Amino acid sequence: MRKISRRTFGLLAGAGATSLALPHYARAQGKPRAVVIGGGAGGATAARYMAKDAGEDLDVTLIEANPSYTTCFFSNLYLGGFRSFDSITHGYDTLASNYGITVINGMADTIDREAKEVVLADGSRVPYDRLVVAPGIDLIYDSVPGYSAQAAEIMPHSWKAGPQTKLLKTKLDAIENGQRIVMVTPPNPYRCPPGPYERVSMMAHVLKEKGFGDSKIVIIDPKPKFSKQALFQEGWEKYYPGMIEWYGPDVHGGIKSLNPATGEVETDFDTFRGELVNVIPAQKAGNIATKTGLANDTGFCPIDPKSMRSQVDDNIFVIGDASIAGDMPKSGFSANSQAKVAAMAIRGDLTGSRVFPAKYSNTCWSLIETNDGVKVGAQYAPTDEKIASTSKFISQTGEDDAVRQATFEESVGWYKGITTDIFGT
Amino acid sequence: MKKDRQRRRLPPLFGGAERLGGALPVLALFGAVLMCSPSHSREGDPQRGEVLYKACKSCHQIGAGAANHVGPHLDGLFGRQAGTIADFKYSSAMRKLGQNGLVWNEFTLDQYLAKPRAYVPGTRMSYLGMKKQSDRIDLIAFLKTLSREEPATDPQAPQLERAEIGSVAMRLNGDPEYGEYLSSECVTCHQVSGRADGIPSIIGWPKNVFIRALFEYKTNVRSHQVMQNMTINLGNEEIAALAAYFGSLDPQ
Repeated sequence: MRKISRRTFGLLAGAGATSLALPHYARAQGKPRAVVIGGGAGGATAARYMAKDAGEDLDVTLIEANPSYTTCFFSNLYLGGFRSFDSITHGYDTLASNYGITVINGMADTIDREAKEVVLADGSRVPYDRLVVAPGIDLIYDSVPGYSAQAAEIMPHSWKAGPQTKLLKTKLDAIENGQRIVMVTPPNPYRCPPGPYERVSMMAHVLKEKGFGDSKIVIIDPKPKFSKQALFQEGWEKYYPGMIEWYGPDVHGGIKSLNPATGEVETDFDTFRGELVNVIPAQKAGNIATKTGLANDTGFCPIDPKSMRSQVDDNIFVIGDASIAGDMPKSGFSANSQAKVAAMAIRGDLTGSRVFPAKYSNTCWSLIETNDGVKVGAQYAPTDEKIASTSKFISQTGEDDAVRQATFEESVGWYKGITTDIFGT
Repeated sequence: MKKDRQRRRLPPLFGGAERLGGALPVLALFGAVLMCSPSHSREGDPQRGEVLYKACKSCHQIGAGAANHVGPHLDGLFGRQAGTIADFKYSSAMRKLGQNGLVWNEFTLDQYLAKPRAYVPGTRMSYLGMKKQSDRIDLIAFLKTLSREEPATDPQAPQLERAEIGSVAMRLNGDPEYGEYLSSECVTCHQVSGRADGIPSIIGWPKNVFIRALFEYKTNVRSHQVMQNMTINLGNEEIAALAAYFGSLDPQ
């Protein structure tokens, strides 16, 4: 008799649960089912790797609310005029046609963890044996007093790429010489640690290109220091002298209120007024993760560092920005890396394929000015407590122009590489 | 002497500029400024071309006994149909252009070397391009002097074995399945198709060249932050597995 291991138990349990499921998304040929919620850098990678590596042995479904995906990474380069919006937007056709993934264009409303089914907004149910939850972030609007989803139509956050990104670009392009931009940056932990400061660089680039020497960009930061700070500040001094002012909490003392009607940001220290105000509030795991009990009181989801398996539910894996990934930053690169570990663990669970020790990596490139790119990155390995950094690097201040240009060109190559890896295009 | 030769044949696994200490982009800048009226009729200077060839020899071999390396050997280059050396893993783009009639001569080489990725989109050659036309004329003059020699008798001739770092990994039979898993870290940047779109192609390399390169990143003989960080925790088994997996891939 075959010994029932955790793996085969999962299979048996899965078969039991799914045979009772609604017929809406019928189970294919009794194959084990892997379902992914969220088609971003983490979710789409997980779906593709499971489908690619398991072939006919696994039925893979990807649930995504939007018909296409605009990457947050490189969206600052769109603001700066270095990329078109189309060039950072990707579809799911190849995942469906070349990898046999069932792509459901719909909103996952909740997870029936008991029945092991994802419930879509239209009420239909998608049964799973293993589920990957990759919803990204939700914004905590009221972390900045006076901010709201409505206020974001006037003071965009643009921290989820899409219409918000275009709105910010429109407002940026409408700025006139002498007008001011105010940016409110988020507290840790948040998506893309160097992102706000790359965005400031790209905004400054646009103003400088237009010869708007009288305009200023003011950053109101809740953190006393920030990612790649020395590199950004060196670059701002070099390319945009006098244009960018950064205020940490010891100077501004905290934000008391926002007024979208007047464009005012009131702090303990002073009231700043901007013709363009970009507010990036605090963040938490995407709604579906918090409402199904996968997140803890930090707002993010605890996972097993060796597999990305949820600490709450053995049949669920949480990857990307929604997870608590130890030393790893919330980035597209991290999500892509975590997806591969989760995909391998799920294949091991459902098809008995080999499971190798987890390895994780991340690199974040940022553009400061034309052909001046910088990077920070690390390797990670699981310990019993967390995903821990094992080695790291960062660009140096004072590097020569050729190194910075090579770093920028490398980032362009990386973008092509990672989007190919995510979407299979 | 041996050591010196070995060093000069390093294939750049990752962008050239960091390793070359910025020589290329500086050249590129000069090129943009000075490229007014190219003296196409000027005779090339093969001696100057030999100096410029240093940028090529990390991947290519030329002259008597030259073999395929990271790039194809360059013997008999002039008049050769592109993408046709047996046993070299060309990009499909290069093979197709050869089938469509691309033959290497002074004119086509000049265009290719100026902007390889623009001339052959999808090429596996990681070199960014030689912007200055006078440089290209000199380089091509040098290639012509050697390329007239007898083609290599055995393009696949094995390199001399020598004691070196990485030799333990070189003796292992790498596990391609393990390599495929480990490769998922690499393919976030290096495309499985073999395309070089700003990040070098790493598929189809000879096993030992691949292993040597990773060890040189580990030991900082090659200087590149990302690659050093990626390789620092890789052991013999991992590196042999990666070499086995990437070596088995064909360009798409």
